[in-house]
Amino acid sequence: MATGTGNLGPPQRSAASRLNWNDPSFRAILYQIIVLGLVALTVWYLVSNLQANLKSRNIATGFGFLGLEAGFGISESLVEYSPASTYGRAVFVGILNTLRVAVIGIILATILGTIIGVLRLSKNWLISKVCSAYVETLRNLPLLLQLFFWYAIITETLPSARQALNPLPGIFLSQRGINFPVPAFGIAFDLILIGVALGLIGAVAFRIWAQKRQDRTGQQSPVLLVAAGLILGMPLLGWLLGGAPTEMSVPELRGFNFRGGASLSPEFAALLIGLIAYTAAFIAEIVRSGILAVTHGQTEAALALGLTRGQTLRLVVLPQALRVIVPPMTSQYLNITKNSSLAVAIGYPDVVSIANTAINQTGQAIEGIALIMAVYLSISLGISLFMNWYNKHIALVER
Amino acid sequence: MKEIRIAAMVAAALAVSAPAFAGATLDAVKQRGFVTCGVSTGVAGFSNPDSAGKWTGIDVDNCRAIAAALFGDAEKVKLVPTTAQQRFTALQSGEVDVLTRNTTQTLQRDTALGFNAAGVNFYDGQGFMVPKKLGVKSAKELAGATVCVQPGTTTELNLADYFRANRMEFKPVVIEKLDEVIAAFFSGRCDVFTTDASQLASVRATRTQNPDDYVILPELISKEPLGPVVRHGDDQWFDVVKWSLIAMIEAEELGITSKNVDEMAKSTNPNIQRFLGVTPGMGKALGVDEKWAYNIVKQVGNYGESFERNLGKSTPIKLERGKNALWTDGGLMYALPIR
Ligand SMILES: N[C@@H](CCC(=O)N[C@@H](CS)C(=O)NCC(=O)O)C(=O)O
Repeated sequence: MATGTGNLGPPQRSAASRLNWNDPSFRAILYQIIVLGLVALTVWYLVSNLQANLKSRNIATGFGFLGLEAGFGISESLVEYSPASTYGRAVFVGILNTLRVAVIGIILATILGTIIGVLRLSKNWLISKVCSAYVETLRNLPLLLQLFFWYAIITETLPSARQALNPLPGIFLSQRGINFPVPAFGIAFDLILIGVALGLIGAVAFRIWAQKRQDRTGQQSPVLLVAAGLILGMPLLGWLLGGAPTEMSVPELRGFNFRGGASLSPEFAALLIGLIAYTAAFIAEIVRSGILAVTHGQTEAALALGLTRGQTLRLVVLPQALRVIVPPMTSQYLNITKNSSLAVAIGYPDVVSIANTAINQTGQAIEGIALIMAVYLSISLGISLFMNWYNKHIALVER
Repeated sequence: MKEIRIAAMVAAALAVSAPAFAGATLDAVKQRGFVTCGVSTGVAGFSNPDSAGKWTGIDVDNCRAIAAALFGDAEKVKLVPTTAQQRFTALQSGEVDVLTRNTTQTLQRDTALGFNAAGVNFYDGQGFMVPKKLGVKSAKELAGATVCVQPGTTTELNLADYFRANRMEFKPVVIEKLDEVIAAFFSGRCDVFTTDASQLASVRATRTQNPDDYVILPELISKEPLGPVVRHGDDQWFDVVKWSLIAMIEAEELGITSKNVDEMAKSTNPNIQRFLGVTPGMGKALGVDEKWAYNIVKQVGNYGESFERNLGKSTPIKLERGKNALWTDGGLMYALPIR
């Protein structure tokens, strides 16, 4: 193919032709530069305007307030906190509270949603109809309404602290929440935690080893048994090493409230139940459609090969269903996290509620909003990254 | 999510709005033709909608007085209900021109939040309310109690201070909406509800089924001077708000009421003549009509009338004037000279 035969030859890739207006790739780059410039200009205008306005109104700026004393109380905290702590500490308490409700919510909503999704496919007419009704009702009522409902149920129907229900020794159910005994083990408690961690690592390692062995020799190992042994045995060992203490801290009503033991507050309970019940309805639908997406022929083929029903579900149906289930599940997990910010309506001290109070006491709305956005962005990105990794992990390996 | 939206509004509003210049608020209000006041979402006696949606209360009267001074018409107001949490954002962002909303004046709010306090229309203090059946007689007995409180208030801070100073523990239950926090208290979720004593009296009188089931403990743990608040940056607007309230108090000092104001306009007392605009000068100095104070008294009433009508003996709330009596009667209400 000779050049110079007019239009038929490939375009000349000289510097001159690259700056040619008729070259689409040149135009594309130019447009992008213009758009980027406009965006930068707008951002610059907004930021400088913001600074001018804040200055002219004498509104305090900067994140210095995070080091100041907060001065307000927070009802529940996973770490040490008192009104003498700083705003920074208060926000940290809020982040932990948000993570606490989000993580537990995600786990429990997945379990409940999966059960309901599977049962909705049940051959039993009653069970499948009950599950459909659950999904249709909960999905279509505003979450905020449901939170108020659960909170009212807890605070209106349970007795006062002085008349607390005592269903089991040491466990009290009242408007103060659930108070229950916890082990007061001291150093042994830490050893047990270390044991749990070692047990988990050991179990995973054994599974990987067993898989390799099976690939190599075709021999199966009792993975479940060994894993259970490790996960239960290691903490037990820690407990024994710690001197096998048996002391418990038992809640006891003194004055207005229970002292000792641990408790779950009505606010936490209502928020958690509300988030789980609501999100499980969506997850149920995702699970159902995931299972329906695996053709029945697969199951029949697996059974014909002699796999048991359990093995068929575990080895054939689930791995394929998961590929359909995981991506939409990610957005449900993100929803739980974001919806947990409704907490302020029923008094659970999540990060939004605490940051809002800080905004109000210091007047620094912009910094507060920036903090809230950064926290949610980080959590959401974390969830997305993990789920994307998991999705790749289970993706169909084409041979 | 609404919370985030509201706070995000400030960021947006501050970023987009043109740089503030002197007189911006006053000009905007005049051009718009009505005053936008931030009020509470419903505290009887302060700002509260009746069943027909008409708002009454001393904070509403304060807002109406500003409109009367500025437009000669007390009806030229728009009331924007705000929770304790939302109010400052609403004022910072320009959604309201002024807060007439049981707001305590503090150094922090007067400086870092970018506001100016324009006088006091109610001297208050924070109190505690408990169900009578708990048998509590003093706030000192509240160690370990669970306390219902609204966020974003001085109440929340005083509460923590008080328990700290007295080496007592407490559990706060912090709920944003007044209706919800009161419901939590009435359900028994909290042992105690705390806020400014006047508002406790209001809640007890108007929101309980039987007010006698609840007691307000004797201790007042703080000073809560409540009054109108404007944002920095418009001194003329600040002046109008400040002197509208003073005019209500001055009218009471001078014995001028909505009933006798026309009569009083014929008075030969130079003080009264100046006040009612018979002798011109005051209106011009303030940048409003010479009849500004006349219009306030005629259409809204003096401070004492407003107090009695909204909080006094003839209302369910039945508050004494107490610290809110005129200084001549042993109270703290003291009008700066209008001259
Ligand atoms: N004076 C205190 C508290 C004022 C306050 O907001 N009180 C509450 C409790 S009665 C209130 O007015 N709530 C009404 C509402 O949120 O609409 C302050 O300025 O921080």
